Amino acid sequence: MTMTTKPVDNGVNTEALIGAREALSEAPEAAEFTWRASCTWVSGTYSRTKIEGFSGLGQEHRHRQVFTSEADHPECFASEDRGATPVEHVLSALASCLTAGVAAVAQYRQIQLRSVTSTLEGRMNVLGILGADPEVRNGFSAIDVRFDIDADATPDEVEALVAQSQKRSAVFDIVTNPTNVSVSVG
Amino acid sequence: MKTTTVVVIGAGHSGLAMSARLTERSVDHVVLERGEVANSWRSERWDSLRLLTPNCECKLPGWRYDGDDPDGFMAVPEVVAFIDSYAAAINAPVLTGTAVTRVETSSRGYQVTTTGGVWNSEALVLASGAANLASIPSVAAALPVLIDMVTPMTYKSPECLCEGRVLVVGASATGVQLADEIQRSGRPVTIAVGEHVRLPRTYRGRDIFWWMDAAGVLEERHDDVDDLVRARHTPSPQLIGTPELRSIDLNSLAQLGVQIVGRLCSIRDGVAQFSGGLANGCRLADLKMNRLLDRLDTWAQETDTDALGPPCRFEPTSVPSDPTLEIDLRRQEIGTIVWATGYRPDYSWLDVPVLDRKGRIRHDGGVVSDSPGMYVLGGNLLRTRRSSYIAGAEQDTYELADHLHGYLDRHARVKAKAC
Repeated sequence: MTMTTKPVDNGVNTEALIGAREALSEAPEAAEFTWRASCTWVSGTYSRTKIEGFSGLGQEHRHRQVFTSEADHPECFASEDRGATPVEHVLSALASCLTAGVAAVAQYRQIQLRSVTSTLEGRMNVLGILGADPEVRNGFSAIDVRFDIDADATPDEVEALVAQSQKRSAVFDIVTNPTNVSVSVG
Repeated sequence: MKTTTVVVIGAGHSGLAMSARLTERSVDHVVLERGEVANSWRSERWDSLRLLTPNCECKLPGWRYDGDDPDGFMAVPEVVAFIDSYAAAINAPVLTGTAVTRVETSSRGYQVTTTGGVWNSEALVLASGAANLASIPSVAAALPVLIDMVTPMTYKSPECLCEGRVLVVGASATGVQLADEIQRSGRPVTIAVGEHVRLPRTYRGRDIFWWMDAAGVLEERHDDVDDLVRARHTPSPQLIGTPELRSIDLNSLAQLGVQIVGRLCSIRDGVAQFSGGLANGCRLADLKMNRLLDRLDTWAQETDTDALGPPCRFEPTSVPSDPTLEIDLRRQEIGTIVWATGYRPDYSWLDVPVLDRKGRIRHDGGVVSDSPGMYVLGGNLLRTRRSSYIAGAEQDTYELADHLHGYLDRHARVKAKAC
């Protein structure tokens, strides 16, 4: 009987990513990306956001299709609940970013993943957004992420995957660290 | 104008080790030193500092610690004496009080302008150190003017700080050591912690450097590590050299009452903001330490090394359940910020295009690829993991002196042909 080892395949092209890292270290201006979204108010707290193009590698890019997402507030806030709330979109973005990171790091470390699921909880005291208590912040007071991962790896290796994916995650950085935001009109 | 075959810039342990290697090979050279031998150790270190490496691990070519405390750690005056007596023992051709103001290429090789005249040489060794300047992050520009700033190069002892809470930024060896002694002096300390490296001082009854030496960790080469950029930027491990051989880490600091917060991200309107990613930084450090301990245990088992204590694992870093994200620097009466945010070399006098866009020398294990005959010493993982420590100079200069000798031979043949 011959033993064959199935190559690890999480559907991530790590060679391309490593190649990009080397190429971009030599040409840092090409590494400057701008991501865009455009949002239109529909009615009430309901709005629709379109995501179409971005720039990077010294040129404009278009997604393969226009992506849209919808946001609203739930009925208990006297809204019509036609989409997830914006803060839930943040949780979704954080989950997707960390999950992509887990897959990429696992591929690089030659760990075969079988399933990766996560559940996220963002805790918020709404007295902040209601302006009822100046001591309470508007945003999440804390976010909990719980991963369940089935993989060919020891528990410590799985922990390390998740830790490394946080270290390299754009959204994790965005939610944990301050960012300058300038908002203008016109 | 004076001529020599090799100019070595800097009479610290690296420059002197290279001098010894060149003397062994009968290569004519001079060592230019802006101040005195071991100048940075004399003037740019804090009072209580001791080496991270135990005395028995402190070796230079043909020279080793021969005192009666092989497991101890040299204090700064002892390091100065160690290097001073080495310079005398090898009879190094050091010109003290000779600061280099400019280095450029010349038809012969290199022209080195100094406060004591101009030198021409065929080859050049930069041994001026990897830690000439304290790196201060750009957020410092937004600091309220009432707050004092010190760096590890200007800090001497807690007594020199004003009253009030002290914010130590950075949790490398420097950051945790300063947080520890400032807190003990009665000034309350907050430490801002980003990526860090946790290591126990001793493991299974032996010093961690004994382990890393014996198990080959320090031998890992620059062309063998997985990610050299990342490896060279790894902060120094949280270690302290004390007679009690105690460990220092975030848990020990928390026990003293030090407040632990995430990486300093920005200062806005006098408010310092810290990352909410502290827990992950601590988890990464714990995982990394445990991977190292696993590797050491495996080595001990495979080599059947005896007279060791039983394997153990240390308490995970206990992260505050709700780390502080903001400190109003004025309202919370922070008196001083200590920037323990790393060091960088000063190459302001180097007028040869060998720096990358980040101001780092492009080199392959100390061989400056873009400028034949130029070499650099010191720094994290220059050639091996040992390069960060004094003893790294022993092996690094051995290999680089060989390379340099080969270069001089080829250079001489080319010149002979040209004649």
